[in-house]
Amino acid sequence: MSMINYASREINCKIVYYGPGLGGKTTNLEHVYAKVKPDTRGKLISLATETERTLFFDFLPVDLGTIRGFKTRFHLYTVPGQVYYNASRKLILKGVDGIVFVADSQVERMEANQEAMQNLYDNMAEYGYDLTKMPFVIQYNKRDLPNASPLADLQGALNPGWEITDVSRQRVTADPFRPGEHLVEQLPTGEWIERAPFFEAVAVTGDGVFDTLRAVSKLVLKTLA
Amino acid sequence: MSVGAGSWSFTEDDFGAITHTLQTFLFNSNARCALLVDRTGQLVATVGEQPSFDPTAFATLTAADFSANDQLAKLIGENDFNSLFHQGEKESMYLADIARRVILVALFDNRTTLGLVRLKIKDTVHELTRQFEQVFARHASGQPQAPGLLAGAEDEIDKLFG
Repeated sequence: MSMINYASREINCKIVYYGPGLGGKTTNLEHVYAKVKPDTRGKLISLATETERTLFFDFLPVDLGTIRGFKTRFHLYTVPGQVYYNASRKLILKGVDGIVFVADSQVERMEANQEAMQNLYDNMAEYGYDLTKMPFVIQYNKRDLPNASPLADLQGALNPGWEITDVSRQRVTADPFRPGEHLVEQLPTGEWIERAPFFEAVAVTGDGVFDTLRAVSKLVLKTLA
Repeated sequence: MSVGAGSWSFTEDDFGAITHTLQTFLFNSNARCALLVDRTGQLVATVGEQPSFDPTAFATLTAADFSANDQLAKLIGENDFNSLFHQGEKESMYLADIARRVILVALFDNRTTLGLVRLKIKDTVHELTRQFEQVFARHASGQPQAPGLLAGAEDEIDKLFG
């Protein structure tokens, strides 16, 4: 739920980084915090345990500059990855404008990824949000690790595509973030499907962090255009 | 559901009316500062002494505070807590729910009392609820908000991150 304030000429949008525990959500925010100019971002707030596990959320406001006389400000949130913090995860999703799912590419984390993805769908549905109809991107993190799953396996498990039944949308649509690939396409079985845009990342070095943020920000602003 | 469906916006006239209500409250209660925070953590308005802290961080934590307390209320069999009070040695804050969408925060010190703030905030909550319900009703009735406002935004994002 973006907030447009005509008096102070501000547009505020909320982006939530979701995903399994220890997947790199907080690391994404820390990298953005470190790289964005200090005058375009606020404080990085972490409600974490003593062992630096996110307890409630991390929060970072980032200004994207002025557009049409309006200051655009993105509020970036992470949720706790650990399953037993589901109550706080769900609270953070309230009023969300865009979602980044940060998946852990390691083979042994596949099940945790799937569980977190299912939990995201469930929590969104409880608010009445349809994840397939809102800005949503997936980031495959930790691509540098030797035990990282092949991209095709991750896509198959986490981003197999949702069916499109609306005939007007059943046309091949290019992936704006990956030249030569498609977000909407027809399967050999005749079924039309759409996938979420995805990015490969190594959040600890910053690879892919801004590609992901840029993509989700664009998608969010497009919904307001 | 389209994503924008939950969005809301208010005009300069709304802002003027809301600010006036808050100023009246500050005058009557002798509180230092009043802030309005959206339930999703966005700061809506600040009236009175400008706070020395980061208001964006404050707004986020306020919304989280209220959300966490809502869950606590449910655990003990209540629907919600429509007001919260945090007492400090010198500075205290009183938080009240407005129309289930916005939180009014009053910051006050020992120049006034909790009793007076609580008494005066009651009418303010009533008035703000009426004002915000009008804002939400107008949006729900489908009045357009800034069509095409953000056309061209992609270039600006590219510039920032490029």
